[in-house]
Amino acid sequence: MIAFNKYYNQFNILSISLVVISLFLLTFKGLNFGIDFKGGTLIELRSTDSKINVSSLRDNLNSMNLGDVSVKNFGNETDFLIKFEINNNKNIIEEIKSNLDKSFGNTFDFRRVENVGPKVSAELLKSGVIAIAVALTLMLIYIWIRFEWQFSLGAILALFHDVLVTLGLFSLLGLEINLSIIAAVLTIVGYSMNDTVVIFDRVRENLRKYSDIKIYDLTNISINETLSRTLITSITTLLALLSIFFFGGEILKGFSLAMIFGVIFGTYSSIYIANTVLVRLRVSQKTVLREDESS
Amino acid sequence: MLYFSKFRIISVILISLFFILIASSNLFKFENNFLNKKINLGLDLQGGSYLLLEIDNNPVIEQKIQNLSISIRNYFKDKNIRIKNLKILGQKLSFSVDENFKQTILDTFNDEESELNPYYPRFKSHQLDITEENNIFFVNYSTQGIVKLKTSSQDQALEIVRRRIDEIGTNEPNILKRGNDRILVELPGLDDPMRIKSLLGKTANLTFRFVTNNDQDSFGAEKLSYEDDSEEDALVSKRIILSGDNLLDAQPRMDSETNETVVTFTLDRVGAKRFGKATSTGIGKQLAIVLDGKIISAPVIRDTIASGSGQISGGFTFQSATDLALLLRSGALPAPLNIIEERTVGPDLGQDSINAGMIALAIGFVLVIVFIFVKYKVFGLITNITLILNLFLLIGILTIFEATLTLPGIAGIILTVGMAVDANVLIFERIKEELKNEKNNLIAFDSGYTKSRTAILDANITTLLAAIILFFMGSGPIKGFSLTLGIGIFTTLFSVYFIARLLTVLYVYRNKEKEGLI
Repeated sequence: MIAFNKYYNQFNILSISLVVISLFLLTFKGLNFGIDFKGGTLIELRSTDSKINVSSLRDNLNSMNLGDVSVKNFGNETDFLIKFEINNNKNIIEEIKSNLDKSFGNTFDFRRVENVGPKVSAELLKSGVIAIAVALTLMLIYIWIRFEWQFSLGAILALFHDVLVTLGLFSLLGLEINLSIIAAVLTIVGYSMNDTVVIFDRVRENLRKYSDIKIYDLTNISINETLSRTLITSITTLLALLSIFFFGGEILKGFSLAMIFGVIFGTYSSIYIANTVLVRLRVSQKTVLREDESS
Repeated sequence: MLYFSKFRIISVILISLFFILIASSNLFKFENNFLNKKINLGLDLQGGSYLLLEIDNNPVIEQKIQNLSISIRNYFKDKNIRIKNLKILGQKLSFSVDENFKQTILDTFNDEESELNPYYPRFKSHQLDITEENNIFFVNYSTQGIVKLKTSSQDQALEIVRRRIDEIGTNEPNILKRGNDRILVELPGLDDPMRIKSLLGKTANLTFRFVTNNDQDSFGAEKLSYEDDSEEDALVSKRIILSGDNLLDAQPRMDSETNETVVTFTLDRVGAKRFGKATSTGIGKQLAIVLDGKIISAPVIRDTIASGSGQISGGFTFQSATDLALLLRSGALPAPLNIIEERTVGPDLGQDSINAGMIALAIGFVLVIVFIFVKYKVFGLITNITLILNLFLLIGILTIFEATLTLPGIAGIILTVGMAVDANVLIFERIKEELKNEKNNLIAFDSGYTKSRTAILDANITTLLAAIILFFMGSGPIKGFSLTLGIGIFTTLFSVYFIARLLTVLYVYRNKEKEGLI
């Protein structure tokens, strides 16, 4: 049996610092919102001429007064991703196309064009935030129904931890937040909850079974009993996600990366946050039995 | 938990075979109609354009308020009430009357039978709101009036958009209302999104009006510029001789005399009459052909045109003449449309995404299968068979509903593969624990299944909740993700509790006495 409980304090301090750092990053550095949430235009180009590079493309586009233009390679040397802010010119794509054709010859294939207006991006951001809030609330209600309040608190703290730290990491690394990241965050919410619930289920079962074991040791027993399941599921999920990350194409990279972070944090938090909340709230056999009587 | 009746065994086998057949209809062509279903590919996989259009209703409201000012004046004139200081203030109008008529005015506007101000009993609201301040009345559209107006202009705009897109002839366009002032257009496999965008961006409001040279025109006049800036701006009367509504047909043609591309048009009876009259009285005058506030051309009338057909020239290329004819045939939009969101994916990027998605799925699948087999041996094999059938079930269900598969949707399937083993792992781990205290294999397996059930349900419900929220909040591709993730949960539960359990039961009954079974 691994003595997870020996490190409860250390890891709690670590988690609290991670959350504080993340909040700090989110407040002061902020998130790198993509065009979905900020509005603007995105163009994915493929060039048939391998001599064209990011800087020659950037110089060309900078001459067009597009405002703040970002140009970078996308996946390989001949694919480029161009992004610029909201532009009121309706024919901007056509103008860029003819401008590029003029300077480089007809070597570009416009693989993808996305254009999000300010109204739509504001709505998408709002509905993204609402989606996450609704998800957290529903999880809270669900676990409230299924478990005693001490457990709910533990699960929800673990959930906030996972979401905040994942977003914090995205802020730190300056990774782009777009619609698929919201999908990833919501899936992380589901996954983190899932992991926590399985361990909590065991804690509650053990609480009924043993009256003489203190919650400090009891959580440790429960973690150990469910450990191989926790690990196997995390590993298979990570295998699937790594496969998406490496082979699923450029578009899914951000999504799978967020999910990979989330699964790791989710596994960690269900052991070191959810359970320590039970210990700190001095959950005992009485907590569970009282609930049984009243129901 | 270990008992399976013969009926159940056969049902499970039949269901599995059925879904394998359905799922494989994506690869093979079946003669049978029911089997000939296929999963739809989302725009991000097959290539195409997604356009969200917003109707700018402000000009419509302003126009209606202008018309209203005339109706109000006429309506009260008949009742011998003089409307004074009638002013149009954008989307509002103001006027005043003599003190003793004030109540009559208010009564007229607030009468439920009022002709001037329709009443909507369903919403308990009038079309217009009237307020009085310092002896001045203010009239504007009520909230409900605006809603009615928006809905009706949305209906008209949808019809026009549909006609324009049908004229171009793209395959299976999807044109839907969103809210009360938006239209969503999905165009799969489109070659030239720029052309569609420019066609949808035009209101196509066509008018024939005389060019005048004095401001004293009784209808008023306005200065308009030429479409191609070839000539100086011209002063054009506001009196409309003909509008696009009077057109029956319009076609691009090559004029054999001038060798120029023109658009020929045919007018309806009313239009032909008016056109004939205008051209006979206006010989020598310039008739401006105005499209969306710009003059296309302003030819001098030389002869009376009574045939009800004519042609528009304006330095067109064949493409621009074709597009103008198309716009004229399909009619004018009630209000300008703005493209507020656009997502276009080229067909080759779509194919690349499909390939990448399939490779990721195959590799993820193999990695999980190998890992599980190494970990659980015989039971790993059972889990893996279940996983494969689970995939067939998932794809089968998507096929039956002809659901739309997107790139994030493929990610959802891969994720399902990763998480689907969870339920079996929970069960097997529990059985292992039970075997520590229980020598009888059958009892241990039975209680393993029973005791792991709540944890499995809890775990899946939480993921399902997340998927449901995503389905309702997300758009397009993200919806595809939540769909595969959500359906994946049901197929996983089915395959774990029916397929995997059946296989486990069959194996355990044969090896009842064997120790260290799992």
